[in-house]
Amino acid sequence: MEILDILISASFWAAAVRIASPLIFATLGELICERAGVLNLGIEGIMVVGAFAGWMAVYSGADLWVGVGVAMAAGMLFGLLHAILSVPFGLSQHVVGLGITLLATASTYFAYRVALPQVTNPPRIEAFKELPIPVLSDIPIVGQALFAQTPLTYLAFVTAAVVAFVLYRTPLGLAVRAVGENPHSVEAQGLSVTALRMGAVVVGSGLMGVGGAFLTMSAFNSFFFEMVNGRGWICIALVVFGAWKPGKALLGALLFAAFDAMQIRLQQTSLGADIPYQIFLMMPYLLSILALVVMSRRAEVPAALMVPFNRGER
Amino acid sequence: MPTDPGARAVLRLRNITKRFGPLTANDAITFDLHEGEVIALLGENGAGKTTLMNILFGHYTADAGDIEVFGHALPPGNPRAALEAGVGMVHQHFTLADNLSVLDNIILGTEPLWRLGTGRAAARARIEQLSRDFGLAVHPDARAGALSVGERQRVEILKALYRDARILILDEPTAVLTPQETDDLFATLRKAVARGLSIIFISHKMHEVLAISSRVLVLRHGKLVGEAATADTDRHQLAHLMVGSEIVAPEVGGAAPGAVLMRLREVSTTPVGNAVGLRSLSLDLRAGQITGLAGVSGNGQAALADLIAGETVPDSGVFEVAGEGVGAWTPRAALDARIGRIPEDRHRTGTISDFTLSENAVLEAYEKEPFSRRGWFDWTAVDRHTRAIIERYDVRCPGPDARIRLLSGGNMQKLILGRALEAEPKIILAVQPVRGLDIGAVTYVQNRLIEARDAGAAVLLISEDLDEILTLADVIHVISEGRLSPAFARGTKTPAELGVWMAGQGFDGEDSHAA
Amino acid sequence: MRLEPVADPGWSRTLGLPALALGGTVAIAMALALVAGSNPLAVLGLIVKGAVGSKFALLETLNRATPLIFTGLAVAVAFRAKLWNIGAEAQLYMGALLAVVLGTGLLPLPAALLLPILMLAAIAGGALMLLGPAFLKTRLGVDEVVTTLLLNFVMILFVSMLLEGPLKDPMGMGWPKSERLVAEARLPRIVDGLRLHWGFGLALICALLVWVMQTRTTLGYEIRAVGLNQRAAAFAGIPVTKVVIKTALISGGLAGLAGFSEVAGLKGSLTLDLSPGFGYTGIIVAMLALLNPLGVVVSALFVAGVFVGADSMSRAAAVPTYIADILLATALLLMVLAIMLTRFRVVRG
Repeated sequence: MEILDILISASFWAAAVRIASPLIFATLGELICERAGVLNLGIEGIMVVGAFAGWMAVYSGADLWVGVGVAMAAGMLFGLLHAILSVPFGLSQHVVGLGITLLATASTYFAYRVALPQVTNPPRIEAFKELPIPVLSDIPIVGQALFAQTPLTYLAFVTAAVVAFVLYRTPLGLAVRAVGENPHSVEAQGLSVTALRMGAVVVGSGLMGVGGAFLTMSAFNSFFFEMVNGRGWICIALVVFGAWKPGKALLGALLFAAFDAMQIRLQQTSLGADIPYQIFLMMPYLLSILALVVMSRRAEVPAALMVPFNRGER
Repeated sequence: MPTDPGARAVLRLRNITKRFGPLTANDAITFDLHEGEVIALLGENGAGKTTLMNILFGHYTADAGDIEVFGHALPPGNPRAALEAGVGMVHQHFTLADNLSVLDNIILGTEPLWRLGTGRAAARARIEQLSRDFGLAVHPDARAGALSVGERQRVEILKALYRDARILILDEPTAVLTPQETDDLFATLRKAVARGLSIIFISHKMHEVLAISSRVLVLRHGKLVGEAATADTDRHQLAHLMVGSEIVAPEVGGAAPGAVLMRLREVSTTPVGNAVGLRSLSLDLRAGQITGLAGVSGNGQAALADLIAGETVPDSGVFEVAGEGVGAWTPRAALDARIGRIPEDRHRTGTISDFTLSENAVLEAYEKEPFSRRGWFDWTAVDRHTRAIIERYDVRCPGPDARIRLLSGGNMQKLILGRALEAEPKIILAVQPVRGLDIGAVTYVQNRLIEARDAGAAVLLISEDLDEILTLADVIHVISEGRLSPAFARGTKTPAELGVWMAGQGFDGEDSHAA
Repeated sequence: MRLEPVADPGWSRTLGLPALALGGTVAIAMALALVAGSNPLAVLGLIVKGAVGSKFALLETLNRATPLIFTGLAVAVAFRAKLWNIGAEAQLYMGALLAVVLGTGLLPLPAALLLPILMLAAIAGGALMLLGPAFLKTRLGVDEVVTTLLLNFVMILFVSMLLEGPLKDPMGMGWPKSERLVAEARLPRIVDGLRLHWGFGLALICALLVWVMQTRTTLGYEIRAVGLNQRAAAFAGIPVTKVVIKTALISGGLAGLAGFSEVAGLKGSLTLDLSPGFGYTGIIVAMLALLNPLGVVVSALFVAGVFVGADSMSRAAAVPTYIADILLATALLLMVLAIMLTRFRVVRG
């Protein structure tokens, strides 16, 4: 059985974790925004910006980690724009988000063409390398999958833990959970709804930027147009699938990535010879839709998601 | 409660003025609140009470005027500053996050945001202590979304006490309580006063104001029009101050009940989310009679209203309109069965605020002639119809093409009333038809309902305001946890007796208790 | 800060603010030209000239506007009902696909019969494409934004699969490209010798029909009611689910027509670059038109002009053509802000 062979190969699991990493960042970013009550449809464009900004910084001579910082800052910048329009001005989060995606994507392509006018093949950078953790990486399968990854993958898992801790174990997280459920509860307790929501959108967008940067700085070593390729939209589905909880979202991203890694490998088997490769490539998108359908009845949506808050209005 | 004239002022408001566009909601309001005093802020809907308190608490910024708390100027527009100065507010619309526990709701915002970890253990101990001291029983780990209305209010009060509030503002706190729960609330407030807290109590109910306050301030059209020690005043004087004239109760003549137009026998419906469903409920609505449904909010009123309005179907039981069991039951079927509906929320359910008056006037009949034929609108006919409603129901508006969002609540309600009554309904479902309206509109709406009854309609009046039910209803049922009490004829039960039923006691064969 | 409704906005607000938004957009475009190392005024001039400066330019703009009118209408109809159809791209391809399947020799019919059949097929294809997400939304509460977005990716892969498989043109020299439509399946030109096809006329007719539907029929009224306040609409007896489904059929159908018009009017065959994002750009077109069907025509012409002008400009100046996308995204965001500010003023506290 070919599927079985794939399932017991360490490289498959390593690939799954690798594929999951950018999704983990961006899904956590979206989750933070939505927990605070803001649907961030800018995610797709913000990932593009992050992918470009981080890569460009490193290409211009910056250190890899500085590049990650630049990607994050670029994401936060567009997040701030989203936040200003959608929070204090209360504009439709659908329209603002799509507008931000269009703006971020176009700005990136524009900047790319301005910065590298003559280039036909995008230049490469020295990307993050695998950093096997001693001892742990020697464990069969699990070791390769989890402990022989690049530092950015480790950072993705750490970020998930941090987000979960902040959301459920700190006063700040309590406030974020409250503001997405009923902003009046936060306002009446002397906290600023605007500041909390804007902060969440900015921070969440920063994580989306890092998610994008993973593609150019860890998964690949170059920037291509269309490289994000709907990953942002998939992350929105993953937030729903994860029921707005960081742990479940992390598991969802891993599960999804495992399917994705599986379809890539199945393409190379005898199955792949009979079935057009496009069918395999459709799987991630169809799977995301399926995930939404499966979770549709169960999920606990933040009650104030997509409901703008205007001070003093009841 | 006696006021000690020598007590120091804990709160001073000076010349507070607030305008919303052309409307002056508060006009140069000045008063002091003394230590250990309970001030009642009395006024009809729209008089500016809530606006004033929202300014004090920092939800709004005043256009002019100063506030001093314990001798220090209070920075405007900042709830945090108000909380830190010792001002706590129990909002009329509760401000709880339903997905959080009681404990989390209370400690929300009390700790520095950037702290790692939360001090839950200490907080729990303190909340339990406060619960005991003030008689506010509530479980700290319960999910806020699962609480009853009374419990929610207790959490709101605990939120203020937990922050060591020295001044407590309560905005219409009794509107949602049974008479007994109101007594408990008053007991809690007396305990608070005994500990030196000062209280501002907002209400439009005279008897409560007289029972709890030491001083009464009356607001009318945004102005402070009167002030009196409670001991020196009475209902008549206050009523006169409040509306500028005597309050004339609607004249309800004797009813001439006719045939049963709607019959429910042991009807049950599925609860939706936290809401209560109907539990084997039986009810008759008779022609020429107003049936009043009393009860604490959230006890199944919404389920019954939804059922009659056509929004839900019964799970089991018999549901007959005009002697026949209903078939496919939808809002349109209800309208076709000549049921006129006045929904609870006129802004969100009764009207579409971005539609014009015309578009709203035909919302329930647009697909019928003369308003449309074969899917094509006849806007002239719509306009004619709307103008007729505007004239017959005294809707004050710029015209039929104005957006309905520009109308006051009273005029909006008159349009809804007109829309329902022009269809000459046999059964009228009126849910909280006068809530939030000024006295003039209240009287108008109530008189129209009485007229409809006299013309032979069966009216079901659902209200959380017991006074309203006692005034208008020919027979009264009490609803509790989805069950219905027997019918009580007008004048056979006192408010306190009905309060017992509202608290869930007296229902046969049930382990009757309300949490 | 707080937003307070403005009772009577007055002319200065209703005209001044959108004008300011447009001015801001132009200012940003000029700044971008400067960043790219060109003279901003010269770049603006080149864009305008490239869009409307010659008969050829003008016809190019009209041709480019044609699919945008269709997708703009598709979005405008759907958004009115708060049905967030971001999948016009996929619906467009489905329309084009069915036109190609039926129009490359399968049906040996005269043009008078074949063209209407292809049109109906394209409408049906686009409509079906949105029916799934609409059902998921109304039955299960699945957010249609994500489903329609994801289906765009699925659809383009599906088309790619067919173009490399059963629909592949044997004469295509290995390119993923369908066979050409038969002559009877081609939309004729409006004026002989001018490169403008009847798809444009069809688009204008559709705009008019949608406008009539929205203002004169009960369905238009129902769509607006459902979009503005679903709860009140349901309470009043409007069959919300049915209305949403009907809206989806109309919206998807319009987007499907865009695909038909492109293959039958302009391209003659189906390729993977049939649409450079017409479905997504339709959102901008619709929003700039404030969802008004007649406004869609104007805004589609404007948007098309910006694209055509920027293409032409980028050949002459060292400013990437993506300036057009930035310009339009900025215009979209500033315009929704401006429209909101005509109805609300920002006050302190």
